[in-house]
Amino acid sequence: MIVIDHLSKRYGEQIAVDDLTFTVKPGVVTGFLGPNGAGKSTTMRMIIGLDRPDSGQVTVDGRRYAEHLAPIHEVGALLEAKAVHPARSARNHLRAIGATTGVTAKRVDEVLDLVGLTGAAGRRAGDFSLGMSQRLGIAGALLADPQILLFDEPVNGLDPEGILWVRGLLGDLAAQGRTVFVSSHLITELGAVAEQLVIIGRGRLIAEIPMSELGAGAAQRAVHVRSPQAEQLAALIGAEGVSVRTGADRDVIEITGLDSEVVGRRAAEAGIVLYELTPRTVSLEQAFMDLTRDAVDYPAHPAAPTSRTDRSAA
Amino acid sequence: MAVTSESSIGTPNPRHAAEDPPRPSATSSQLAVTQRRVIGSEWIKFRSVRSWTIMSAVAALLMIAFGALAASVASGAVPTSGPRPGGGPFAATDPTAISLSGTTLTQLIVGVLGVLFISNEYANGMIRATFAAVPRRLPVLWAKVIVLAGSLMVLMVVAGLASFLLGQLILGDGKNTTLGADGVLRAVLGSGLYLAGIGVLGVAVGALLRNTAGAISVVVATLLIVPGLARLVLPEDWNTTITPYLPSSAGSAFTSVTGSDTLLGPAAGAAVFVGWLVVLLAGAAIMIRRRDA
Repeated sequence: MIVIDHLSKRYGEQIAVDDLTFTVKPGVVTGFLGPNGAGKSTTMRMIIGLDRPDSGQVTVDGRRYAEHLAPIHEVGALLEAKAVHPARSARNHLRAIGATTGVTAKRVDEVLDLVGLTGAAGRRAGDFSLGMSQRLGIAGALLADPQILLFDEPVNGLDPEGILWVRGLLGDLAAQGRTVFVSSHLITELGAVAEQLVIIGRGRLIAEIPMSELGAGAAQRAVHVRSPQAEQLAALIGAEGVSVRTGADRDVIEITGLDSEVVGRRAAEAGIVLYELTPRTVSLEQAFMDLTRDAVDYPAHPAAPTSRTDRSAA
Repeated sequence: MAVTSESSIGTPNPRHAAEDPPRPSATSSQLAVTQRRVIGSEWIKFRSVRSWTIMSAVAALLMIAFGALAASVASGAVPTSGPRPGGGPFAATDPTAISLSGTTLTQLIVGVLGVLFISNEYANGMIRATFAAVPRRLPVLWAKVIVLAGSLMVLMVVAGLASFLLGQLILGDGKNTTLGADGVLRAVLGSGLYLAGIGVLGVAVGALLRNTAGAISVVVATLLIVPGLARLVLPEDWNTTITPYLPSSAGSAFTSVTGSDTLLGPAAGAAVFVGWLVVLLAGAAIMIRRRDA
């Protein structure tokens, strides 16, 4: 259990984390989501004591991280993959870290095997690809068999096979009853594995919800309508305070907050012809973007209107 | 290494953590971080970077080779363009100092090695893995000091003795001295310890500045440039007051047999030199605790 209590951190003028409070529950994968620069890495660094909070505190199983006898046996962390001496072999890198807490050479070989680096164990870590470095970082996190794991953007730089492997690993670790806290700026990366979500933007908490709620909350609302009288329908429904978006096509609108049955009935009552009436499952990605829209530091402006082909997150 | 293609080593073990045979899980107290374990970790780090092992060996060999060369020049075996034919530039100096003249060069190598041993971790990010494992942090600083000082002490005392013996052999009867002569053993062992101390100075400066290039510049300037600069720019009486207390001058006080008016006595020199290390390490310790990693 990680308890984050009114945590704040600024670097000079820049506020990285702003009065953040949430908990990471044991035994599940908790996704830590937010746009780039939202403060995810800073929060993770504060959990393991690399950065000192300006105010507030973080405890891991009731104590500050540094107060544990064997810190990496409590929390294993992958924060940056390339944080190794380039001339040191992968095996020696892990042995050096493990030696601080009495991890045996046998265990080092075990985790190297687990991440598929046995054949490269003697090679200079500096020659590793990003994917291999990422695996070495994961091996380092698992080294002392911790109950809590922090992964900062673990699938960065991995090929599709590697991404699947990481997802499987995260699920397995949680199934063993471990606490897994994994950050990402892409919700689709977490959709399959995370049960719980902590969403932040600009260093502040936006939502702390179960994944199912984000999905379900989003799913009911959107209705895609194509009609030659789309403008008339938009005006009718918009007057009731329901959000209506006009698409690139003038005869296409997207209605959020009403069921398709209600929309159909209203259209019939007003004598509006409908060519298409489709309830949309808004993708997780869209739901996530709707939540964080106001919290993006440097938003990109859409270059062209995009048609929203919705895919439910895999 | 037979394996070259990434794909052949890049396939993770399909056996996931969940299917691993249950392992007796070690308890926190069995895995407690101790100073001894952190020293073990730093020892693995030190010997697993080949360029550092090579630098250490080169430092020792240069110490010996430079002493031998200086002794050859002083004995007249090697002609030089110096002003005193037959005697060379070292003719007037003390035979112990001649055989230990490699110290000047060797101190730069061990100083740089000390800097790299810690600044490198900041440069490549390893320091964050290190401090995650040892969040109290100071055991890491002490372990680096112990590992580097320990290795260099052994290596440099041996190199100092070898330089001395080889140098005296080259200088030959009449021009040479023995370890039994007054102050000689102290100067020879002192040189080895001084070099180990410069390694520690490098660690402290590296920890304070965290930047490799900056820290190396400071170490080189402290050892070579500042003493000369003090002589040039400071008023005479300031210079004679301050200069003996610089680390390099304090070192000369206990690494030379003859001593001089401009130097402290051997014991006072050693105390001042150790004082520098203590102050720099204390500063490094405070900064390491205070700063974000």
